[in-house]
Amino acid sequence: MSVSVIQDFNQTIPIDQVGVEERVSRLNKRSIKKESKLQALKLALSMIDHTTLEGKDSKGKVIQLCSKAKMPYAPMPDLPSVAAVCVYPNMVATAKKALRDTAVKVASVATAFPSGMAQLGIKLDDTRYAVSEGADEIDMVISRGEFLKGNYTFIFDEIAAIKEVCGEAHLKVILETGELETLENVRKASDIAMYAGADFIKTSTGKISPAATQPVTLVMLEAIRDFYRKTGTMVGMKPAGGIRKAKEALQYLVLVRETLGSAWLSPDWFRFGASSLTNDLLMQIVKQETGVYQSINYFSND
Amino acid sequence: MSDINTKEPIDKANNGSPKPTSPNADRKLDFASFWEYSPAPENSDHVEIDERYNHFINGEFVEPVKGRYMKSINPANEEVLCEFAEGTSEDVDRAVKAARKAYEKTWSKISGKERGKYIFRLARIIQERARELAITETIDGGKPIRESRDVDVPLAAAHFFYYAGWADKLNYAFPGRKPKSIGVCGQIIPWNFPILMLAWKIAPALATGNTVVLKPAESTPVTALKFAEICRDAGLPAGVVNIVTGAGTTGSEIVNHPDVNKIAFTGSTIVGKIIQKSVAGTGKKITLELGGKGPNIVFEDAPLDQAVEGIVNAIFFNQGHVCCAGSRLLVQEGIADRLIQKLKDRMETLIVGDPLDKNTDIGAINSKAQYDRILEYLDIGVNEGAEMYQSSCSIPDNGYFCRPTIFTNVSQSNRIVQEEIFGPVLTIQTFRTPEEAIEKANNTPYGLASGVWTDKGSKIFKVGQAVRSGVIWSNTYNKFDPTSPFGGYKESGIGREGGLHGLYPYIKF
Repeated sequence: MSVSVIQDFNQTIPIDQVGVEERVSRLNKRSIKKESKLQALKLALSMIDHTTLEGKDSKGKVIQLCSKAKMPYAPMPDLPSVAAVCVYPNMVATAKKALRDTAVKVASVATAFPSGMAQLGIKLDDTRYAVSEGADEIDMVISRGEFLKGNYTFIFDEIAAIKEVCGEAHLKVILETGELETLENVRKASDIAMYAGADFIKTSTGKISPAATQPVTLVMLEAIRDFYRKTGTMVGMKPAGGIRKAKEALQYLVLVRETLGSAWLSPDWFRFGASSLTNDLLMQIVKQETGVYQSINYFSND
Repeated sequence: MSDINTKEPIDKANNGSPKPTSPNADRKLDFASFWEYSPAPENSDHVEIDERYNHFINGEFVEPVKGRYMKSINPANEEVLCEFAEGTSEDVDRAVKAARKAYEKTWSKISGKERGKYIFRLARIIQERARELAITETIDGGKPIRESRDVDVPLAAAHFFYYAGWADKLNYAFPGRKPKSIGVCGQIIPWNFPILMLAWKIAPALATGNTVVLKPAESTPVTALKFAEICRDAGLPAGVVNIVTGAGTTGSEIVNHPDVNKIAFTGSTIVGKIIQKSVAGTGKKITLELGGKGPNIVFEDAPLDQAVEGIVNAIFFNQGHVCCAGSRLLVQEGIADRLIQKLKDRMETLIVGDPLDKNTDIGAINSKAQYDRILEYLDIGVNEGAEMYQSSCSIPDNGYFCRPTIFTNVSQSNRIVQEEIFGPVLTIQTFRTPEEAIEKANNTPYGLASGVWTDKGSKIFKVGQAVRSGVIWSNTYNKFDPTSPFGGYKESGIGREGGLHGLYPYIKF
């Protein structure tokens, strides 16, 4: 990528919030029925980053999470596995072992997640450790304080530095949009992350409210589209936090389909960071396949 | 990606195959191939449309004196939907007499509060029958159910609610001036928004104490006749609302009837001019809401992705059958390429097809005549040297469907820039300075509606005040509300409908 295509991040790209919300509400009117619904439910299931990011996480908890990730619902063994499990760095080795010989990836948060309030050296070490433990994907956080100060080169350089130590591992950059507050900030942070080398851009840590919203996701998808048009490089998208219902997941997929097109409708390019979404998707899939709703007691809570 | 997958990954997911490569050579976005929406048609089983409809005169459905009937076609499948009466001078005369009698005997005598109660009742029944009306509108006129359900019918009800509120407050609308009703109103409405235009016409007329004879368009009479049922069910006094169906000649009988006090017309500028000549010197009051060629001006500091959405709403709403459509896009030179690229991408996601499908964005062109007219303009555009681009969407084999179309490389002198096409056809011109944009925007016989897109508030006001349009939308387009007056400058019409201003044409002092 030549330097000439990098934008001036001090320039703000105007975004009209009212217009974004109207677009989202129009996309939400898409009626997803029958085969297209079943296809989308299974697709959404395959895009999940099944996540546990709690202080009380233990090996046992992570192993349970992994078995659910591999085989989300035993009565339907043909269902896709989820895309990845997402854990803290010290759980990577456990997850890696539990998921051996499967297609399920291990994602690790890093860089002093969730606040990112640490020196660069510590963040780099955090990342190196997660990678050395075997993480396939690194979910880093940006320094929101520096961003809101207008220190955009700091953000750019930090992401670029983390990307370098990621090596083969994919880098997801968490913008924590709930702390950026405006859609124009979301757009700017998306651009900085992509130009600095992000493989994915991600809305939230899940620790701040609001987490993922559809207007924020739409703005990020449009940033990805503009970046692709300009550079030819595809970047993935991951809304995370607060997506609990299958219906919402389908709405997100419609956003992707009508903004970026079919190429992004794959776990390689789109992920849901969620934990309780899995069971709602399973319930809806069972409903579509059998015609009746099954009790929530029949779905494991891992 | 990683070294963990020593075995071939188990392809349980069955998605994303073949795996997309990055980057692809032409950086094209593919909106079709992997996940198609299944059909989601609105269920229309419970909607009853009669085989034959008669005039609604003096509170009952009556056969036409001459016994002649016309046919209404469903433009989405070209099948005959129903027959309706062809109004002649005898029918119009009966309707005007009924309206006069109702005016003299009841409607002008009862209190505003009583009138308001009836109009509120009409509004509520429209809401109760909203789904049926929306489906009927879609079947009869070809507009997508998404629009008839979310725009036409709710707005029609809102107009009745709004003017019902004015009925007993007219003295406050015109303080110290003693407003009086004017008598029998002849109202002629177009086919693009049948029930909504009916509401725009009938609600203020009734609220101010007038009675009406209304003629719906000959390609879309059914919702007006369902509204006649609503008037009957609401117990509205006989003769207050009369619906006479028919084509242009029926309309001219209404216009030329000596006992009509006011004419309200929405339709083409050509017919508007004829009407204005006919009523000259007769003392009839007149409001005309005619054609347009709305400029939609996008400055380089506009929020581009939202502007693209606004452009789509401006020209592809209701298949472009909108008098205030933003049919001329004026875009600042520096962003033209990017904006057009974004617009083309967006157009690829527009779904053209069965109007009853909930996912349809663009329905059927209203009639064969209009369809032919649009195709003729596409030819004219190409022959004028413009570059035509249409989305690659599939369209049904039967019915009148037109792909969303944009023309670039056009000039102000081209016919496709000057004349109203009334279809999903957009012309795109560029400009360099605000002055040039204003000049191009105003360089047309029309002056109905415009859009201004910029992030800068002062520019909105500067340009908005210089563009001669009855309506200026800023950073949005095609937004309607009963409280807001609507109408045109120049050849786009006379008078205002909606809001407080919409009361004026129906009163005298």
